[in-house]
Amino acid sequence: MSGSVLYDVPGPRGRARNRLYGVLSTLAIAGLIGFVIYRLDATGQFQAGLWDDYEYTETQQRIVDGLLTTLKTFAIAAVLSLVLGTVLATARLSDHRPVRWAATAVVEFFRAMPLLIMIFLLYAAVFTSDPMWALVIGLTLYNGSVQAEIFRSGINAVPRGQSEAAYAIGLRKTQVMTAVLVPQAVRSMLPSIISQLVVTLKDTSLGFIILYEELLFVGKAFAQQTPPVNGVYAFIPMVIVFGSIYILLCLALSSVATWVERRTQRSRKGKPPALPAAGIVPGAEPTAGASGADGTGTA
Amino acid sequence: MNVLSDNFAMFREGFIGTVELTVLSALLALVLGTLVAAFRVSPVPALRAFGTAWVTLLRNTPLVLLFLAVTLGLPALGLKGWDSFWLAVLALGCYTSAFICEALRSGINTVPVGQAEAARSIGMTFGQTLVQIVLPQAARTSIPPIGSLLIALAKNTAIASGFNVTELGSVQKTLNAASGYNIYVIFLWIAICYIIITFTISGLFRLLENRLAVAR
Repeated sequence: MSGSVLYDVPGPRGRARNRLYGVLSTLAIAGLIGFVIYRLDATGQFQAGLWDDYEYTETQQRIVDGLLTTLKTFAIAAVLSLVLGTVLATARLSDHRPVRWAATAVVEFFRAMPLLIMIFLLYAAVFTSDPMWALVIGLTLYNGSVQAEIFRSGINAVPRGQSEAAYAIGLRKTQVMTAVLVPQAVRSMLPSIISQLVVTLKDTSLGFIILYEELLFVGKAFAQQTPPVNGVYAFIPMVIVFGSIYILLCLALSSVATWVERRTQRSRKGKPPALPAAGIVPGAEPTAGASGADGTGTA
Repeated sequence: MNVLSDNFAMFREGFIGTVELTVLSALLALVLGTLVAAFRVSPVPALRAFGTAWVTLLRNTPLVLLFLAVTLGLPALGLKGWDSFWLAVLALGCYTSAFICEALRSGINTVPVGQAEAARSIGMTFGQTLVQIVLPQAARTSIPPIGSLLIALAKNTAIASGFNVTELGSVQKTLNAASGYNIYVIFLWIAICYIIITFTISGLFRLLENRLAVAR
């Protein structure tokens, strides 16, 4: 009997009622979507003149350029933040107290600051002529701190016996880390790391606000240039086109995270795939980062 | 000259703007998030699909893009009278609601199965089980993650500065543009304002956590 524990398996009347609710809510949602489409149409957002431009190779080239800029920013920021995260995590796990304190202060500070405020500071003070580096360094500082916390908690989550055994056979701290703890930690951290990379990718769009020519900015500039057709500007077509690109990018990266999580869960200890339906929600895919929340009651 | 005392009115306005934005969109996010979480565990497949779509879409949308969609899209849908503040509340609230929904749902997952089974066996319906038995217990375990989500929300309000809302980010932008002040000092004061807000949120949630803690 599969199904949620939150409700009984519906009988004939329950099924009929659920079907009624289903039909009603489907109608409501369809109606809402229909209303949105109707309104967009009524305000002239679907006029051919607003969409024609997307057929030109020149336009497509601009979109690709914007996309490449976004991806380039993301790639640099991702690599730098992983490096910074490694350094900070190493420092936080250090045996020397001052190093630990300094790293903790850095991590806590950058995690507490809104990213945009950091970017405004960097743009106004350091990289006045180069918004890309303001964005990249801002992203690196913030995401590097977050990654450092992910690394640290991943390493701390490896069972104590592992490091004790490693020390017992005479390995040094560096050897314990690189040969024993990190390889095991990486496996459990990987979904969280990738989720944070999705955040990094999403946050590259903050460049829009400091007028950096990434994908979203290209979109807006493009919509501003397109001459209005019958008094309607090309902003909503732009949001639809560029929004889809962003969402597809992020979805692709998120699905990598989910896939990795499934894989690592399956291969642990070489056991056959465990039944995931331990909790109340039946098909609840484990969300990255919220692992360890198995639902079977221990209270 | 001192940036803070020279522009105290501006700072105060920005601080209040950020606090208002945070509080209002937090309320919206909590209500919407709970509703969508209920959808996602409901017996009606259409609602479950809606909940999944809502969460997947919003979690994978950059907030700036959502802001653009809301500020450009909603006026076209007929919401002409709304000013940018309320549009920002809407964007932030919807965005955060997806994360709150996931936090609540994993909270629901930690409630022992026996609780829901017992509720069902005494004849409670889905709505009663969820509202009276499961959600109150799930809320308890979800409080720490929701706290950090609201802190993230408070930090995300800075994005509203790109969309004509007066808050701390726009204060920083204006003062950076006005020559004569040390940019780092401006940043320091803005940073202190944000730290006050985030510390207040985390303090409130620690209080809530202690109040609601149950000796198990």
